[in-house]
Amino acid sequence: MKSTRILAWLAILIGVIYFIVPLIGTFEFSLRMRRGEYSFDAYQSVFSDIQFRTTFGFSMLMALFTIVFGMLLVVPTAYWVRLRLPRMRPVVEFITLLPLVIPAIVIVFGYLRLYNSSSFLPLTNSTSGTNMLLVFSYMTLSLPYMYRAVDTAMRMIDVGTLTEAAESLGAKWPTILFRCIFPNVMSGVLSGAFITFAIVMGEFTMASLLNRPAFGPYLQLVGANKAYEPSALAIIAFAITWLSMGLLQLVSRFQKTAPVKA
Amino acid sequence: MSFLSLSHIQKSFGPVQVVSDFNMEIEKGEFVSFLGPSGCGKTTVLRMIAGFETPSGGTITVAGKNQAGLKPNQRNIGMVFQAYALFPNMNVFDNVAFGLKVAGRPKEEIDARVREMLGLIKLEHLADRFPYQMSGGQQQRVALARALAPKPQVLLLDEPLSALDAKIRVSLREEIRMIQQQLGITTVFVTHDQEEALSISDRIVVMNAGCADQIGTPAEIYNRPATRFVASFVGTLNLIEAKVVDPAVNRISIGDQGVTLREPLGPVKAGDTISLALRPEAGSIAEGAKGDTALTGEVVSSNFLGSVIRTRMRVGPSIISFDMFNSPGLVPPSAGETVTLRFVASDLLVIRD
Repeated sequence: MKSTRILAWLAILIGVIYFIVPLIGTFEFSLRMRRGEYSFDAYQSVFSDIQFRTTFGFSMLMALFTIVFGMLLVVPTAYWVRLRLPRMRPVVEFITLLPLVIPAIVIVFGYLRLYNSSSFLPLTNSTSGTNMLLVFSYMTLSLPYMYRAVDTAMRMIDVGTLTEAAESLGAKWPTILFRCIFPNVMSGVLSGAFITFAIVMGEFTMASLLNRPAFGPYLQLVGANKAYEPSALAIIAFAITWLSMGLLQLVSRFQKTAPVKA
Repeated sequence: MSFLSLSHIQKSFGPVQVVSDFNMEIEKGEFVSFLGPSGCGKTTVLRMIAGFETPSGGTITVAGKNQAGLKPNQRNIGMVFQAYALFPNMNVFDNVAFGLKVAGRPKEEIDARVREMLGLIKLEHLADRFPYQMSGGQQQRVALARALAPKPQVLLLDEPLSALDAKIRVSLREEIRMIQQQLGITTVFVTHDQEEALSISDRIVVMNAGCADQIGTPAEIYNRPATRFVASFVGTLNLIEAKVVDPAVNRISIGDQGVTLREPLGPVKAGDTISLALRPEAGSIAEGAKGDTALTGEVVSSNFLGSVIRTRMRVGPSIISFDMFNSPGLVPPSAGETVTLRFVASDLLVIRD
């Protein structure tokens, strides 16, 4: 019994060392820009770089659009499948899982073939069109996480009965969806949103091949040309992800409502 | 003309006919219960009235208006569900106000009506609570207030008490009946609990395999079951096999004991076997018990059930149960004892399939 406990602690210790030591190393290295003493010069350099602010802002904006349009696509879809097409659920789940098995580079080349300047819908002809394409591609990438988060939240409420209750009270579809269903799956929507945010902030392939000034390609660029700043950026990227995860935990903990009793 | 009319209603799901030729006329302000076992089609009929299911045939009219083609949100029919179905993101006030807000009523009117409804269910003090902060009984009362707030023409209750514990069930069903009578709202109540249906309904529809086996007042349903199914489903009943002796004078025999029935036997001939029904509370073995008919038999067992003692006796091939009110000092007959059960011949019903 005692030896099992020691082994368990040993496994945890190895895990912690495996994850923490490289992070501490990276953080320590990011503080060494000034010779002979620790400083935040690398962080100062990163934050004062106009490109950092531009790319970070751009990716934030793209993440915001991805979350909004992703929710508008996923919530009604998950709702409709649960309510009217329960038999289609395995099919929809399979479709939403596809971005996990198809490499991002394949997806983006598909997009480029479909929406290039000589296609029937030449989205890449303009900056706004390319940005739109980037948002769509981010939506595709985040689909497995967003759909699952929303679907799980929907499983917690009796969607069918709530819909019928609202209908019998005179409500129409937009009212039912936005006032009765949406607020009750908000925890799932927010979980999906934070994961989407983390994905978009670090995404490289799509943004790079679509030639957009996103944070991912900037990370790569800095990593290839500078010494200390990439470490600082890695720590910043980690901080963003952790912040997202922390907010996710906070949202699920402080969720005001509880599931309906069946 | 009746207020809610269901005429030749049919419903099929694929090859399965769930409701077949269902007819019912419900008067304004009437409380009608659909009673039947699971799968008999009672909820399907209710859902067709609400508009959640489309009938395969027949017409539904409310206040003379055909409901065909009207969506549930266009019917002004309130519904209370077994699972409460309160909106978890809204507090009690907002839940009750939902229908009025959807209808675009002025804020003052909404406030006044919600207060009135919460007063009706005696939950004014819980207006700020969320559903998950309330008990099942409280949630169901809020659901009732929410359904009533927009002043629906008909109120549908789909097994609203099934998820509650026994004590709350009894108090809430009385409260529902009281509110219904107070508001005079036409109500259809679906239940599989005969006690619920018998205690609060003006009329009961006993449903079996998609059809209405009998429609009548609780007393009619209980005392004069029209079919074998109604007799066996509502209340406890002795089903007794008897042989026709002389159909001209309604003479039959149970075992070797002759009995003359009050009710005509119908198209039967001497020697035919018929089924008779007798409620356990209809007879008595007490000395000097009233009754123009008697059956003598051997006691098989006596079971103490609290307020009553149920005794089973063998008469010919049949086992007949009868109840005696419990009282201090009462000695139930013991097994093997011979007793005589007296009852009025009119309580012995001929059961038709």
